[in-house]
Parts: sequence; structure tokens; C-alpha cells
Amino acid sequence: MTQETKLSRPKILLVDDNQALLDTFGELLGQLPSQPEIFTATSGTRALLLLKAETFRLLLCDLSMPKMDGLQLLAIVRRQFPELRTVVLTALEEEHFRSRAYALGVDMFWLKPDTQQNMETFLQCVESLLGRDTEGGFRGVQSKGLMDIIQMESLSQSSTVLRITRGSLVGRIWFQDGDLIDAETDGARGEAAFRQILGWKSGTFESLPPEPNRERTILKTVNGLLLETAQAIDEISAPADEHTPEANEQADHKKTVLRLSALTREGAEFVVSIPEKGSTDAEGWGTEKTKELGEWMGEAVESCQKLAQLLKAGPFSHLEAKAMDHRLVMLSHEVKHYLVGWPANTEVPKLKEETLKLVASWES
Amino acid sequence: MGILNLFYKSDSGVQRLPNGSLTVDPKGNLVATTISSSFPPEFLLSVGAQVLHLFRESRKAQLPLSEVHLHFGSLLLTAREMRGGAVVFIKPKDSFNVGSLN
Repeated sequence: MTQETKLSRPKILLVDDNQALLDTFGELLGQLPSQPEIFTATSGTRALLLLKAETFRLLLCDLSMPKMDGLQLLAIVRRQFPELRTVVLTALEEEHFRSRAYALGVDMFWLKPDTQQNMETFLQCVESLLGRDTEGGFRGVQSKGLMDIIQMESLSQSSTVLRITRGSLVGRIWFQDGDLIDAETDGARGEAAFRQILGWKSGTFESLPPEPNRERTILKTVNGLLLETAQAIDEISAPADEHTPEANEQADHKKTVLRLSALTREGAEFVVSIPEKGSTDAEGWGTEKTKELGEWMGEAVESCQKLAQLLKAGPFSHLEAKAMDHRLVMLSHEVKHYLVGWPANTEVPKLKEETLKLVASWES
Repeated sequence: MGILNLFYKSDSGVQRLPNGSLTVDPKGNLVATTISSSFPPEFLLSVGAQVLHLFRESRKAQLPLSEVHLHFGSLLLTAREMRGGAVVFIKPKDSFNVGSLN
């Protein structure tokens, strides 16, 4: 093994009071494709000492341990090593342990695998976590940007306080029934704090209990504020080289801003698109159900094409539909199929035209 | 008068588009139809099956639909979900017939 390979190997710290289990898992994890270096500790105290001495990518710990239990260890780790990925591996099946662990911001809660298949899945998940360090995104909901998380909170009309940590920086965002009511960082409050938090490209977040009596300082809609903030971030970003990962990220970011802008301007609620050919994943904005809707679109297009052949009625043009809270239009534009969700009270005669307008601006 | 026969064309080769309604139960059985009997039951069952599939898949996607309008080049198909089954209206398009959700 070259020095370079050794340096790039991720380090995993395994914590469990059972030495036999540490040996078994250490051996299994050592065989992962990323060839991690495995360190073990039989107590929380020993684990903390190791964490201070070495830079680890991942901490795997049991919950039931003498003196310092897993939850106590995780609480300290979250505060002292916010960039560290954490996994709970336990035999405790009670649901409240799972929710407490997730409330502490763990990346994964896993019951000790009891079958070969479970073990394989577990190892795949660990490998996936090891590979995520170089990608942006906020821990707690893997591969999601902060904008997505905020939109999800808003769409699900939840009341909560999001506590966002990036290194030593801490921010909080208050939601009440899906409305963004306040934000706070060290030295800033309201919209200014929200913009500051949105500028953080990665970190961790946790959901805290709602604070319904929190004074409202933000009166703008979530989408409006996200759009403004994203535009502001875009403007102050220095132009990057076209072919660097930063440039690609910036281009994606800009595309998202423009699309969110079109969505808000036209009054649509969500858009999902799938390619006409190929198996690329669906893309979606304004919905949490992109995958499901993308799959339905694939099925619907196929059914409509079969019906067109059956009825000998010419090519399929578009679909309009009524759902409980939406009116939907599905049509094709250039090389993609689009599904656009409109509010239930949208005027029907204009629905197709409005959809075409939105889709055209989307791709322009 | 036989000369007129030169201009006469039989319409037997022109296929008409279906026009009318059909109702299918949740299992896809044909319950009732007003579509011409020149269209075989298999044809009607296939249409019903595709429509039921559309509704069923929408439920899987957690976006259950109550009504769909499918616009084809020369025909509009409207379907309403009915307790797992569906009633389907098929209407050939003409210049005065534009589908709507009303």
C-alpha cells in the first residue's frame, strides 16, 4: 500500500464494551471497498481520548455501555466533533432509543444485524457514509441541501426549531405550522440570520421541540425568502472556472434558483420531470415525492401511449387530472415529460397554456 | 344513371372512433357501455384496464386521482374513479369540442 493510499484511507472508530463484537465488526468493516482503518474502544471515555488524538471519518457506537452510555457519548461528540459522522449500532429495539439517537443528530441507527442480508445492507450503508464527506449536504437527511430541508419543513407544515451547526457556528430557524417565523445566529436575527445560515454549504442539523411563543420576525413566505437568499448568494459568489466542481455546483445552484423563481412566479406548486428515454432519475422541485411521482409518470405515459394505439386516436397530447389538493397537467416538452401540480382552485381553461409557459421558461 | 356509381365510394373501410361511455368494476369487468357493439368487448376491457392502471398507480404514488382527462390527437378520454372502478367517457374531438376539467 502506498503512503498516499494510506493517507486517504478513512478512519472508523468502533465503540462497544464487548471485545468479541469489536473484533468481528472491525474485521468486516476493514474489508469495505474504501479500506478504512479501524480503531476500537471499549468505553466512552477511551473513545473521547481517541477522537481527540486522531481525525476520524465515522464513529460507530453501541448504546448500552457501563459508566458513559452511547447517548451520553453521542451528545458530547456532537458538541465537540460536529463534522464527525455517527452511527448507532445496538440491540435495543425500543423506538424511543431510535428517536433519542436521531434527536442527537446521528446519521444512522442500526439494530445489530441478525442475518447475512442485514449485514450486507449495513456494510453498504457504512461505505456510503464514508464516501459522503467530500460532498456537500446537511447530515440528518442525507444528500439534502439546507434549502431542501427548509422546503420540506414548510411543505409538511411542521412546527419545529431547526438547530444547524457548522463547526463552531450555530444557527436556529423557527417554524410554526410550516411558516418560517424567526432565525438566529451569533449576532444576527431574522432575515439576516436566515441568509447567513443559508450560506453554509454543509453541516449538521437537528430538530428541536417547537416554541410556539417565539416572537415572529420574518413575515415573508418561505419560497420568497429562499429565492431572495439564493439570488443574493449567487451574486456575491466569485466567478469560478467553468470546469471545476465548484463551477458545476454553482451552475446547479443557479438552475435551482431560476426554477424556483419560475415556480413561484407562475403560481405552480410543484414540477417533476423525467426524460422521455433512458432511466435517469426524476427531478423535482416543490415536492417531497419526486421519486414516487416520477415512477407514476413513467407508468402513466406508457398507459397513455397504449391507449393511443388501442383507440387509434392519434398521438397522446397531454393529461389533465384532479387530485385532492391539486390539479395536475402532464405533458411532453422537447425530450422530457413534465408533471406540474397547480393549486386546486386554478382556472381550468388556462391550465395547459400555463403549464406550457412554465415548462418553456424552465428549459430556456 | 350508372355513371354515378363511378363516384360512389363504400365507407366500409373507414374505421369510426369509439364514442360513448363504459363502466368497469375494480376487477376490470365491464359493467355497462354505450359504445357501439361494433367494438368488441376485448377492446373495451383493454381500455378499462389501462384506465384502472392509471388510477391504481396514482394511489401508489400517494397522489390519488379522482378524475383524468387524456387528450389525444383526435379524441378526448375522460375517466372518473368510482370506488376502485371507473367510468370512462370517450368523445371524438371536433372543432367545437375542447376538453376541460369542469
